[in-house]
Amino acid sequence: MTAMDAITDGVRPATEPPGGRRRRPLVDLRDVSKAYQGGVLALSDVDLTIEHGEFVSLLGPSGCGKSTLLRLIAGLGAVSAGSIDWPQASYDASGEPHRDLGFVFQEPTLMPWATVFNNVYLPLKLAGVRRRAATDRVNEALAMVGLEAFAQSYPRQLSGGMKMRVSIARALVVRPRLLLMDEPFAALDEITRFRLNNDLLELWQSQKWTVIFVTHSVFESVYLSQRIVVMSARPGRIIADLPIDAPFPRGESFRTSTTYNEFCRLTSAELSRAMAGSEGGH
Amino acid sequence: MAETSVAARSRTATPGEVPLWVRVVVPIAIGIVFLGLWEFLVWRLEIPKFVLPAPSLIGKALVDDLPTLLPSLWNTLQVTLAAFVVALVLGVAFAILFSQSVVFEISLFPYAVILQVTPIVSVAPLILIWVGLDHIERALLILATIVAFFPILSNTTLGLKSVDHNLRNLFDLYHASRWQRLKELQMPSAMPYLLGGMKISGGLSLIGAVVAEFVAGSGNGTGLAWRIIESGNRLNIPRMFAALVLLSVLGITIFFSLSALQTLLLRKWHESAVGREN
Repeated sequence: MTAMDAITDGVRPATEPPGGRRRRPLVDLRDVSKAYQGGVLALSDVDLTIEHGEFVSLLGPSGCGKSTLLRLIAGLGAVSAGSIDWPQASYDASGEPHRDLGFVFQEPTLMPWATVFNNVYLPLKLAGVRRRAATDRVNEALAMVGLEAFAQSYPRQLSGGMKMRVSIARALVVRPRLLLMDEPFAALDEITRFRLNNDLLELWQSQKWTVIFVTHSVFESVYLSQRIVVMSARPGRIIADLPIDAPFPRGESFRTSTTYNEFCRLTSAELSRAMAGSEGGH
Repeated sequence: MAETSVAARSRTATPGEVPLWVRVVVPIAIGIVFLGLWEFLVWRLEIPKFVLPAPSLIGKALVDDLPTLLPSLWNTLQVTLAAFVVALVLGVAFAILFSQSVVFEISLFPYAVILQVTPIVSVAPLILIWVGLDHIERALLILATIVAFFPILSNTTLGLKSVDHNLRNLFDLYHASRWQRLKELQMPSAMPYLLGGMKISGGLSLIGAVVAEFVAGSGNGTGLAWRIIESGNRLNIPRMFAALVLLSVLGITIFFSLSALQTLLLRKWHESAVGREN
């Protein structure tokens, strides 16, 4: 964990509270297992600690349980064994933590009957915020993703990349501390994906949030992350935790640098090991 | 025609691709030709008017008998609309109940099916005895409602359940209440299904009203169905046709009103109502 601390401390000094006391982790997973009905073991003994302000990617072959893990962190579904703690969060009377998160699904998952504005307004509306009071925040979230001109459009009028931006704006409008992203750009073309990668990094640097990003792309994970958690399938488990120790902001120069190449090679090797491991264990 | 491209020949044009005036003019022209042929054959073959009256005679009956036919039309319209509204309210209410509790659904849905599959004509005498002796219009209303109820119930139930899985998760994530989920997610998702059900039920409530009047029969009814029976008994076939024409016009009006409502509500977002340029 020492290498990890060095990265977080080095990159995000602004998030450290005055006084220099080490903050507790944002979310802490201990021995988490998930078995589905029928006995399929999706996750086995996952230990994972996410610090405040980190950009972490979960990387692995399909079926390795990375999406399942993300959903468990979001509180969608219950763990079969182990625990997920939120050391910084308050808990309500029923023992439910106040997770304070945004979730971006693989599909844009927009309501087709609602305008872009109303789609982004939804989380605030569900929280009981009146439309008048929410207007500024919704417009601000739309401006963050560059869609302020499309507030009154309907989702079907937008391109795939724009729909994904709306989805991101909806996750951001509640100003979450943790942003969970489940292969959000997998269905987009490469040019759009690169642009959204850059936009995402810019937003992450300007806001004070934590990102857990699920992907099956080595290149995407290296480009974005401070840390890559490599997972293996059958059963889903963590087999490597790689720090990507390269400075931010990252741009096109990073994408074409030898450092980037070196990290990609390293990560690919771990991923190959993950694939080999899961085939052997099958 | 040898120049026609493969793409143009290999698929059928959809109605939306045909210009509006063609879609209006062509059916009207066919109707006029049909009526002309009818008029000609009746005249040429000297068919007696109590077997098949000429269109001109039916038109004359329609104008002459309008003072008796219009109040009947109004009566049938009232029963139809009332039955449609009651079926709509009950159908949506039960569908919501079913979507909220699977216990309600498994215990009540079979009875809704029984109500649907039992021919209305066979239930009608019973309903007429129970409520129709003093209040014939209530019996008509109940019978027409039974016929119109099921498509709304089954379509709305299906629609309320056909919510996108990820959107459902999204609502979980933001701790949406049951009411919020119903209002913001399930009802809009169900809207295309509900409107489809309404289109079927609109026609069925008219059929239900007419069938109920037929069964009630014998002087009690004052609707269009009764006018048809009465005219038949008196061999006044032109008036019978005139009443039929009014019934058709009523049915067509209901259908197009509901189609217009569907387009109005869905045109912004649903595939069925969105205009496309390719």
